[in-house]
Amino acid sequence: MSLRSPLGRVRGLGSAKEGVGHWWAQRLTALSLVPLTLWFCASVAGLAGADYASFRAWVGAPVNAGLLILLIVAVFYHAMLGVQVVAEDYIHGEGRKLAVLLITKALAIVLGLAALLSVLTILFRG
Amino acid sequence: MTTQNRPLSPHLQVYRLPLLALLSIGHRLTGLALTFGTFLLVWWLVAAATGPEAYATVQGAISSVIGRLLLFGWTLALFYHLCNGIRHLFWDAGYGFELKAAYASGWAVLAASVALTLLAWVWGYAALAGGAT
Repeated sequence: MSLRSPLGRVRGLGSAKEGVGHWWAQRLTALSLVPLTLWFCASVAGLAGADYASFRAWVGAPVNAGLLILLIVAVFYHAMLGVQVVAEDYIHGEGRKLAVLLITKALAIVLGLAALLSVLTILFRG
Repeated sequence: MTTQNRPLSPHLQVYRLPLLALLSIGHRLTGLALTFGTFLLVWWLVAAATGPEAYATVQGAISSVIGRLLLFGWTLALFYHLCNGIRHLFWDAGYGFELKAAYASGWAVLAASVALTLLAWVWGYAALAGGAT
């Protein structure tokens, strides 16, 4: 049970029913993606044409695997939030909007998990 | 019926969007393009975890002409979204709202994203040449 009055709850949460949580999450993932993206781009440029063994050796180095995991989580969370805003702005039918939002979230979870499991597989299997 | 010179809303086929509006919609478009780019990231990582044949398939696709064009587009989109995202973070913190400052930061974002894209590709081709020898 909440001790906050209905007015207090409404003031805190607004029409989105979640307050500024979405907005903050989008900014915090953006901020963390600034260094992660620069690291990723520099690394991938250096890996151009890398063969199978050297690419796996790069992913399997613990620091690279850790940074990749952080990058994957931040990227898919950030992308999911961004697509959600675009869908809410431009799709007007409630049913279609809900469908796009659910597909976006499901894809973000499935693709993010696939990427994470791949990194972990290479990290632990060598 | 007499028509007078009443104000009209922007006629979208002849109205030239100002730079700031183009940069704004560009942030969303590059964001969507990058979301589709995550499919390549996932494919690449999953292939590397699967085996040498799967990895070779991805490398072949990336190094094809279409693959390189797509990758170049994604590089530009990524650096644009990154630079313009930093611009948005400054706005969120309350800085740079004056029209002059907004135009200056807009041009800086365009210049920085092109420069970073070229730098990344020069770096990539240098690595490619170094790896081949």
